[in-house]
Amino acid sequence: MTAITDPPKETFRLSMLLYDTRYRSLTIQVIALICFMLVIAWLVDNAATNLAALGKPLSFGFLGEIAGYDINQRLIEYNSQMTHGRAALVGILNTLLVALLGCITATIIGVFAGVLRLSNNWIVARIMSVYVEGFRNVPVLLWIVAIFAVVSETLPAPRAFRGDDATAHMLINDSVALTNRGFYIPKPIFESGSMIVVLTFILSIVGIVFFRKWAKARQEATGEIMPVGWISLAIFFLPTLFMFYIMGRPIVLEYPELAGFNFKGGIHMRNSLIALWLALSLYTGAFIAETVRSGIQAVSKGQTEAAGALGLRGPRIMRLVVLPQAMRVIIPPMISQYLNLTKNSSLAIAVGYMDATGTLGGITLNQTGREMECVLLLMLFYLITSLAISAVMNWYNAAVKLKER
Amino acid sequence: MKKTVFLGSLAAAGLAAGVASATTLEDVQAAGVLKCGVTTGLVGFAAPDANGNWEGFDVAVCRAVAAAVLGDGNAVEFVPTTGKTRFTALASGEVDLLARNTTWTFSRDVDLKFTFVGINYYDGQGFLVRKDLGVSSAKELDGATVCIQTGTTTELNLADFFRANGISYEPVPIETNAEAQQQYLSNACDVYTTDASGLAATRATFEDADAHMLLPEIISKEPLGPLVRHGDEQWSDIARWTLNALISAEELGVTSANLSEMAKGTNNPEINRLMGTEGNLGEMLGLEADWAQKAIGVAGNYGEIFEANIGESTPIGLARGLNAQWTQGGLIYSPPFR
Repeated sequence: MTAITDPPKETFRLSMLLYDTRYRSLTIQVIALICFMLVIAWLVDNAATNLAALGKPLSFGFLGEIAGYDINQRLIEYNSQMTHGRAALVGILNTLLVALLGCITATIIGVFAGVLRLSNNWIVARIMSVYVEGFRNVPVLLWIVAIFAVVSETLPAPRAFRGDDATAHMLINDSVALTNRGFYIPKPIFESGSMIVVLTFILSIVGIVFFRKWAKARQEATGEIMPVGWISLAIFFLPTLFMFYIMGRPIVLEYPELAGFNFKGGIHMRNSLIALWLALSLYTGAFIAETVRSGIQAVSKGQTEAAGALGLRGPRIMRLVVLPQAMRVIIPPMISQYLNLTKNSSLAIAVGYMDATGTLGGITLNQTGREMECVLLLMLFYLITSLAISAVMNWYNAAVKLKER
Repeated sequence: MKKTVFLGSLAAAGLAAGVASATTLEDVQAAGVLKCGVTTGLVGFAAPDANGNWEGFDVAVCRAVAAAVLGDGNAVEFVPTTGKTRFTALASGEVDLLARNTTWTFSRDVDLKFTFVGINYYDGQGFLVRKDLGVSSAKELDGATVCIQTGTTTELNLADFFRANGISYEPVPIETNAEAQQQYLSNACDVYTTDASGLAATRATFEDADAHMLLPEIISKEPLGPLVRHGDEQWSDIARWTLNALISAEELGVTSANLSEMAKGTNNPEINRLMGTEGNLGEMLGLEADWAQKAIGVAGNYGEIFEANIGESTPIGLARGLNAQWTQGGLIYSPPFR
């Protein structure tokens, strides 16, 4: 007979923290954490002590002071009598503008280049290889400066457009001027009644989405294929054009005109914006092209062959079979490319584009001498922007990823 | 428990090490080299020559201070700074002295915690334009594109000037003088604005200098001078009185030619005090008795430095004007060596 007895109840002794494997890893982790926190505390304390010794304790009051400087590109109302906080906001919006434009064009360029790099046409594939390797292996700062130099050195100055013997001429029916100070393009002016036209346009787009869903459901149910592309195109243009004329053409274009030193009117896309936008798009586009290529190559060749056996042709195989599967491989690295592009936009000051780094981290920092505060705010801004982009892209990734049923 | 005490004392030691530091003079003497912040390149004020040696009007101040402190005018490490990076470089201790045609303003002195040790050039902000632009006054610049060095007082002056005159402009922020020059010459800006001395220096490097002109308006006071950090009075005194020594030397007629003769002793007690043959001014500063001699010995007195780097015989061709000695109707004036 054996009696089951409880094991003797161990009393917890302090030495067990070191010698008992059940507790040892915990002990090590706690010590590591304490060390880490001490280092952080030391860094923070050192910064605070030194700032205090310099007589500059941490304070964000400068954001409410008058900035006193002008900014050329502003998406919101701003003049030199507004505050540093407002100037920072102008810069932040400029950063977001170039990041958004850059992400869109980089994606378009990257997808085309990535697909074409796999082309059977030898020349096309080689040209895309040259593009990808050329842009991927040169620092983006050099591309920004190079494109800026090309724009400002080769294009004519506004004064070349003046007079009867002008050496330069405006393009497309005198509506677009390419100068070394940037591109001037016509600007739409929305007069009264234009809201209805815009609303019609938005409704048409919603209509297209619903129509395509309905057409797809119908095709799955009956097998009949509708000319979806043509009908979508018609919905896109016709109702809006119809409403545009009904309302008496409420949207007019304001053309740029040479007045004084510069062109006036229209939209002025400064050469700094163009250089930055183009360089970031081409640079990031090269990385995206590689991502797209690897994504496509990750889809088994059997898929292409099976689709071919079903009677689908090249472009459709790519669009309906390969790309949807490749997307699952492409999206995650794409997120970091978007983040890179956004962060690389802080090189804007090289060409005088007034982004957040140029205003808050540049002139404001310099005029107020608040290095620590400005840099902390900048870091916070880039952190929030990057996390927001990540969140959106992760949500999209969750939507397209393989759904196991 | 023991571990915590150990870590605590370690942290405390680290903190103490982070805060305690020697005086700037001791640091410089220990390093054997003076770290001096200058421009990234403005001919006449600070620019490397064909052999890579820095020379210019501001560079001369660095060399004079190095000679006074270390006895060698070449014991200088020049740190090129932009308008934007210069204050951070000085505040963080990356440079010991900033001689980078920097305007003395209230907020820089009081809020940014710097000490301006004097004024070595009285300047004002001007405008450089092409003659064929047909502009004769800055007030006719409505709508013009203006290139401007970012992080400078000129940025603020410009905003004020155009605002006060109710005219519009398009600012193009530029990081360095070289970039501004390239943009201006390629006609990407109609106007380049900065201190008039800087404009003259820039214009002097143009191939067709005669096709460009400075507009008559000077829209600001720009007293330029070397500066140091707040909080080390001995170091600011050294920099201040080295500059004053150069200025006094011109007033007293001490030149690089007659320096060794003057050093033997003269019947003018102020020259003797300056040369260190009488009194103990050097000792009061914590330097050797002949500190001022060495400072003047590098490139001569203030007037000689001016003429050699930016004077009328150079391509930059600046007249003394406000920067003549007070005895000649200018503003350059040193307190007495007594």
